[in-house]
Amino acid sequence: MFDDLNDLYQQVILDHSKKPRNYGRMEHPTCDACGKNPLCGDQIQVFAVMDGDKILEVKFEGDGCAIFKASASMMTDALKGKTQAESNVLFDEFHELITKGTAPEGNHLGKLEVFGGVNRFPARVKCALLSWRAAMAAVGTGEKTVSTE
Amino acid sequence: MSETLSLSERRADFPILDQKVHGRPLVYLDNAATSQKPRVVIDALSNYYLRDNANVHRGIHELSNRASAAFENTRERAAKFLNAKSAEEIVFTRGTTESINLVAQTWGLANLKPGDVILLTEMEHHSNIVPWQMLAKRTGAKLAFVPVMGDEGLLDLAAADQLLDAPVKLFALTHISNALGTVNPVADLCAKARKRGIVTLVDGAQSAGHRRVDMQEIGCDFFAASGHKMCGPTGIGLLYGRHELLEAMPPWQGGGDMISNVDYFESAWNKVPHKFEAGTPNIADTIALHTALDYLDEIGRDRIEHHDLELASYAYDRLATLPRIRLFGPAKGRAGLVSFHFADIHAHDVVMMADMEGVALRGGHHCTQPLMKKYGVSSTSRASFYFYNTTQEVDRMIDVLKAVQKFFGA
Repeated sequence: MFDDLNDLYQQVILDHSKKPRNYGRMEHPTCDACGKNPLCGDQIQVFAVMDGDKILEVKFEGDGCAIFKASASMMTDALKGKTQAESNVLFDEFHELITKGTAPEGNHLGKLEVFGGVNRFPARVKCALLSWRAAMAAVGTGEKTVSTE
Repeated sequence: MSETLSLSERRADFPILDQKVHGRPLVYLDNAATSQKPRVVIDALSNYYLRDNANVHRGIHELSNRASAAFENTRERAAKFLNAKSAEEIVFTRGTTESINLVAQTWGLANLKPGDVILLTEMEHHSNIVPWQMLAKRTGAKLAFVPVMGDEGLLDLAAADQLLDAPVKLFALTHISNALGTVNPVADLCAKARKRGIVTLVDGAQSAGHRRVDMQEIGCDFFAASGHKMCGPTGIGLLYGRHELLEAMPPWQGGGDMISNVDYFESAWNKVPHKFEAGTPNIADTIALHTALDYLDEIGRDRIEHHDLELASYAYDRLATLPRIRLFGPAKGRAGLVSFHFADIHAHDVVMMADMEGVALRGGHHCTQPLMKKYGVSSTSRASFYFYNTTQEVDRMIDVLKAVQKFFGA
């Protein structure tokens, strides 16, 4: 059973969903934001410590499916040390990967390419993107509450 | 002859069930969301458009007469189905949600004042919470909730007794919980409310198509149901209201059909139930609902109830053998659905993986977010049955769930 799903639930994804990195509340974040997927009830809070426009620390707390948790976990690793501009570029690349299944030449995705199977499962696109939308809201200047709907 | 048909033979009446999903035979276990439709109901819909389509209550021509007669015959049929005293006690709506909103916005606005209590239960669907919150905001009435006890999901009846002694104006509760499978003792609770002069509304979305629902036995003032959860089309629902109450209520939407006379500055209302049905109604779906009600009674609602209980008990017992599972709702005497939660696998992963094997479950908060919060879970997985489901299908679900647990290394 589930041969078709190995693309989606790659071993790295299962591993991160079971043992998410950088999980938990942050005591003294310099910024944070909430994300919600009202339809399925997934929710996330992302915390970050910024030095100028550089992201020093990122943590998250929330509840959702395996894709959601793995995406949030791997995102926290990927964003650490990036500037706001670099994180925006990475988000655009990740967004394209999740929604179209393609990655531009010379991209910065690295390990995040394991999410390349998500675009074949349209119902799961929002699960993979929720944490990123919340993180972009936290480190950016826009609304501090995001919703996938 | 039809009585001799076994329930599994009834599967053949549902063309949709005979298909493969992701290459596997479909196992449809999302009946609490909507039931499938038998061919006779689909035929009734298309026959109406092929032969009888016309507007109702207006025409003098033959087609309009046919459409009007079939439309009003459905009202008679629905009254019989619910054992209302007369067809005038049946209002057609879009569904359970609209039925409840109608009561909130007509009876509620006319009767509630600041300090009055609207009593609900903790297991209500959003459709039996939000309309009352909106009404409470407008009138200054307060909400109170009968607690649900533990994972078994039964109402705290002692607490209900106490709460009913507050200045309660309305007690609105579900007959069967869509999230737990609990069957509430609605007749007892309505009797207690009536003794105190409290108006009652029973949400029958999950019960009307699954067991006998008798307005005289239940003794409620209002009862709401949806056609699409009982083999009928989407977009047609029922509101039963006790005649005196409907009579005293102000109308709801204004327009054609709900008036007896219109002048530029004022109008007079039509009789009940027509004063609650402004505009051209959902004629085709209403007429097809008649066929659905006939179909259910031909099978026998006692048989459906019995089958629901057997399948749900079987599913509950088999699920209980899986590791790290948390089951919601009563172990015994449940309605035809089972709600469960794996400690380490999210419901959306469960439901998506089941779907890849052709098994249609529901995963989420089931429009009962406050109840999910009370239980400390964001979502559960739910299997909900109807008379066409079989124990073999439950076995397939269990096999799939075991494989899901294995996949996640749980």
